[in-house]
Amino acid sequence: MAQINTPAELEEFRKGILSKRDPDKPCVTLCSGSACNASGSTDVAAALFEEIEKQGLGAAVDIRRTGCHGFCERGPIIVIHPEEICYFNIEPKDVSEIISETIKGHKVVEHLLYTDPATNEKIVHESEIPFYKYQERIVFGSNSKIDPKSIDDYLAIGGYSALAKALTGMSAEQVLQEVKKANLRGRGGGGFPAGTKWEGSRNAGGEIKYVIVNADEGDPGAYMDRSVLEGNPHSVLEGLTIGAYAVGAHEGYIYVRQEYPLAVENVNMAIRKAEEYGFLGKNILGSGFDFIVKVHQGAGAFVCGESTALMTALEGRAGEPRPKYVRSNVVGLWGRPSVLNNVETWANVPLIINNGADWFTKLGTESSKGTKIFSLVGKITNTGLVEVPMGTPLRDIIFKIGGGIPGGKKFKAMQTGGPSGGCIPEELLDLPVGFDELTRAGSMMGSGGMIVMDEDTCMPDVARYFLDFLTDESCGKCVPCREGMRQMLKILTDITQGRGKEGDIELLEQLAETAQEAALCALGKSSPNPFLSTLKYFRDEYEAHVKEKRCPALSCKELINYYIDPSKCNACTTCARKCPAEAIIGGKNLIHMIDQEKCTKCGTCFEACPPKFRAVTKISGVPVPPPIPEEARTIVRESKQK
Amino acid sequence: MDKDRIDRIIDKHHCEASSLIQVLLEIQSENHWLPKEALERVADKLQVPLTRVQHIATFYKAFSLVPKGRHEIHICVGTACHVRGATRVLDTVQDLTGIRPGETDLDLKFSLQTVNCLGCCALGPVMEVDGKTHGKMAPSKTAEILKNYE
Amino acid sequence: MSDIILQIDGKEVKAAEGMTVLQAARSAGITIPTLCFHEKLEPYGGCRLCIVELESRGSTRLVVSCVYPVEKNLVVRTRSEKVDRIRKMILQLLLAHAPDAFDLQDLAQEYGADKNRFEKEPSFCIHCGLCVRYCAEVKKKNAVGFVDRGIRKEISFIPEIAAHECWDCKECFPLCPTEALQAAFVLTKALAFSSPSLEFAAGE
Repeated sequence: MAQINTPAELEEFRKGILSKRDPDKPCVTLCSGSACNASGSTDVAAALFEEIEKQGLGAAVDIRRTGCHGFCERGPIIVIHPEEICYFNIEPKDVSEIISETIKGHKVVEHLLYTDPATNEKIVHESEIPFYKYQERIVFGSNSKIDPKSIDDYLAIGGYSALAKALTGMSAEQVLQEVKKANLRGRGGGGFPAGTKWEGSRNAGGEIKYVIVNADEGDPGAYMDRSVLEGNPHSVLEGLTIGAYAVGAHEGYIYVRQEYPLAVENVNMAIRKAEEYGFLGKNILGSGFDFIVKVHQGAGAFVCGESTALMTALEGRAGEPRPKYVRSNVVGLWGRPSVLNNVETWANVPLIINNGADWFTKLGTESSKGTKIFSLVGKITNTGLVEVPMGTPLRDIIFKIGGGIPGGKKFKAMQTGGPSGGCIPEELLDLPVGFDELTRAGSMMGSGGMIVMDEDTCMPDVARYFLDFLTDESCGKCVPCREGMRQMLKILTDITQGRGKEGDIELLEQLAETAQEAALCALGKSSPNPFLSTLKYFRDEYEAHVKEKRCPALSCKELINYYIDPSKCNACTTCARKCPAEAIIGGKNLIHMIDQEKCTKCGTCFEACPPKFRAVTKISGVPVPPPIPEEARTIVRESKQK
Repeated sequence: MDKDRIDRIIDKHHCEASSLIQVLLEIQSENHWLPKEALERVADKLQVPLTRVQHIATFYKAFSLVPKGRHEIHICVGTACHVRGATRVLDTVQDLTGIRPGETDLDLKFSLQTVNCLGCCALGPVMEVDGKTHGKMAPSKTAEILKNYE
Repeated sequence: MSDIILQIDGKEVKAAEGMTVLQAARSAGITIPTLCFHEKLEPYGGCRLCIVELESRGSTRLVVSCVYPVEKNLVVRTRSEKVDRIRKMILQLLLAHAPDAFDLQDLAQEYGADKNRFEKEPSFCIHCGLCVRYCAEVKKKNAVGFVDRGIRKEISFIPEIAAHECWDCKECFPLCPTEALQAAFVLTKALAFSSPSLEFAAGE
C-alpha cells in the first residue's frame, strides 16, 4: 500500500474505493461489538459465512462485521442493506432462513422483526423503530456502516476528509477557533469547553506538547467510549490528529482500560493502518505536520480516569492525582502542556471541521451544544446506547426511546454521572438533558451513564454501593477521601443492615462536607454526591432504615424476610424444589413455610413462585408471623372431594 | 517464569521506566501472576526502586502477586448489574466456591474477582468464567454453570 | 525576583515567587498546623490539615497551603468556622487510628476533636508518608514504600534492603507521628532478618 501524500491523492483513492462498491449489492451487517459477541455474535458470523459459501453466494453478497449498533437489549443484530431490514436476537439457527428468504427470496422473516409493544405491529426498517427513530446519531451512527478493522470502510463514508481539510486548508489557529466556536464541551464528565482547554495548551510555551485520549471509561454501567473506540477507532484518531495540529503537539497517547481487549485490539490495528496509509507519521498529507500515537493500557484503577492520575499512570507510576492548582493543559504529562479529552469529544472533532461550528451549534441548548451518547441501562426495557441532541427531556429518553420500565414496575430514579453523580427522581424527569441542568439538579452528566431504577431499588443501598466502589478505587493519599469514605461506608453499611442509629445521618453530612471541601481530587470531592442526592430526594427511606429498621423497597437482605402467605400458597412445590438452602418446609397438599433460620434470602423462591399464586412475599419492619401448625396447613382439594 | 522471557518483554518496551505498567501487564498476561523474582528483575532492568514496582503491582487490580486458580470467575458488580441483583449472584457464588473476591481456593481450582463493569449491561447480571460471558444470571443458575469446570 | 504581596489573616505578607502559602505564612510568623509537611521533603498535600480559606477573583474556596503557590492580592484566612470544622473532622478521623499519637494531642485539644468520635481502627498508620518520602528523597534507599490503595493502603518495608540499611539509619523513626513505622520495622525484622525458618511460615 503506497502512502497517500496529498489531499488530491486521498480523494482519488476514495473514488477508487467507491467505484468498486455497488450500493445496491446486498450486504449483511452483523453487530460484533463486545456485548453482542458475548451474546453469540461470533457463532452467528461463522454460520453466515458457512451458509453463504454453501449457497454459492460468495460473490453476490457482502458480509460486514460492524461495531456496536446500540440496541444492546436485542443483540445480536443483523441489518440487511440496501433495504435496511432489521433483524434481532439472531441465533446461528436463524441464518439459513435469513439467507434463503430475505437475500434470495426478497421476503422478510417475520419472527425476527421488531414488534412495537404499543401497537403490536412488526417494523421492518431500522429508522422506523422507536428506539432508533428518536435518536440523532451523528457520532454513533457510523458504527453500523463500517467494519472497524477496515480503513477502507472508513474512507468510503468520508473518513479523513476532515483531516485533509484541517491540515492543508486551515491554519492551526483557525482549527482551534472553529472548535471554540462550536462550544464543544468535554464528554467525559467535566464538561469543560474543549476549545478553551486547547487554547491554554497552544498558548503555553515550549516545543513539546501532548494530546491524550481518555479511554479509561471507569463509570460502571457506562460503555459508550468502548463502543466508539471498538466500532469506529479511526474517527477518534482523526479527531486526535486534528487536535494535535491545533495545539501544536506531535505525540499523542490513547489510554485504554485493559478490561476492553477488543477496543485495544481495534485501535492498535487502526493506528497501524493509518500509519500505512500516511495519516499518521511524518509530513501527513504533505502538510509538513508530524504526529505519532501510542497506546497505553490501564491496569484496573478507576481513579486513572481522572486526568492528572491518568498522566501519572502514563509516566509509569501509581495513579495518584495531583492538585490542580496549575492546570494540566499547562503543566501536564512530564510537566508539559497536555490536552486530555474523552473519546467521544475527539470523535466529534472531524464532524465539526467538516460541517462547521454553525451546524454543530444548531443542535442542543444554549449552553450544551451537539449531541451526547448515553448508556441507558438498569431497569429499562430497551437497554443500550442512545445518542440524542442535548436538550432532549429525560422523560423522552427513558420512555420514548428506552421503552419504559419492564415488568410493569414504577420508575423511581435515574442515576447519572456515575459514582460522582446523583439521582434524578420522577418529579424532575421533564428536565432537558444538559451539563448545567443536571448539575443544578444535584447530579451531573458525567460520562453519560444513565442507570434507571425502579420501585424495588433501595436508595440508601445505592449510596452504600457507590461508597463501596469508591473506597475500593480511592488512591488513598488524602485523609478526607480515604478516611472520610471509610467511615461513611461503615455508617451506610450499618444503616442498610439494620444497625443505623440516631445521629448517623448528621455525621454522614459532616463527613460529606469534609470530603467536598478538602479532598485532593475530583473523585474525593464528588464522592459524597450519591449519598447527598439520595438523601435529598429519598430522606424518608433513610429514616425508615434508621428509625424503624425497615427497608421500604424490600431489598436490604438483613431487613427483610421472605414469607409464604398461607392464604395464597397452593403447594405446587416449585419453590421448595428450587431452594438452594433447602429452607422450605412443605409437600404435596401441604402449605409451604420458610424456615427463617436456614433462609439465605437469595430470592429464588420469590422468583419461582408462579405469577398466578404470588404466594411468596417479602416483609420488612414487622416480625415474621408465627408459623401455622401442621394440621392447619393441609390443603383439601375440591376436585378430590368430588 | 524464566528470566529470558521477562527480559524479552522488558526489551520490547525499550527498558523505559514509563513503560513499567505495560511491562507488568504483559508478564501478568503470560504468567497469570507476578512472582517476586519478576518484580525484582523488572526493578533492576528498568532502574526503578523496588518499592515503586511493589506499589504498582498492588495498586492496580489487574495484577496478582499470588498464583491464580485454573479458572477465573469474574462477577460484574457495575451499577446496572447491581440494580438487577448482582449482589445475590455474588453471595451464591461465594457460598458455592468457599472463597471471597480476591481469593483463590485451596486446590487452585477457582479464583474469584469482582469487576466494575464489563460493558455488557444489557445482559446483566453478568458472570464471566475464563473469559466466557454468562448473561442474565440468577443465583439459581450459578451452580449449573460452575459444575462444568474441573 | 519580584515580590508578591498577599494578605494572611489581615496581615500584609511579602513573599517571593515560587513560594507556597505555607512558606509565606511561616516567614511572617503565622502558624498553620501541618502533619505531612517536612522542610527537607517535597510538599505532599496528603493530611489536608494545612487547609486555608482563599478569597480570589470574587469567590471563596479551601486549598492546602503547603502546595498552593502564592499569587498577588491573594486574601488568605488560616482560621474560620469552616476551616476549624474541617480540621476538627480530619483530626477525629486520624485519632480513630492513633488516639494516643503525641503529635495529635495538642491539636485535638485546640480544635475540640473527640478521639472517640469514630470506632477504633485496627491499623495505626495515618499515611502521612513521611517515612516513605524521607527514605526515597533524602536517603535515596527506598527501603520502605506504599502498597495497595484506598482504605487498604499500608506501608511495607522491603526486607532485603531494610536488612542492610535500616539498623544503622533509623532516621525515619522520629518522623513518625504514630507508632506504625516502628511496628512495621520490627515486624519485618522478625520475619526477614533471622535465619529463614519454616516456623515463621507455619505461624501464619
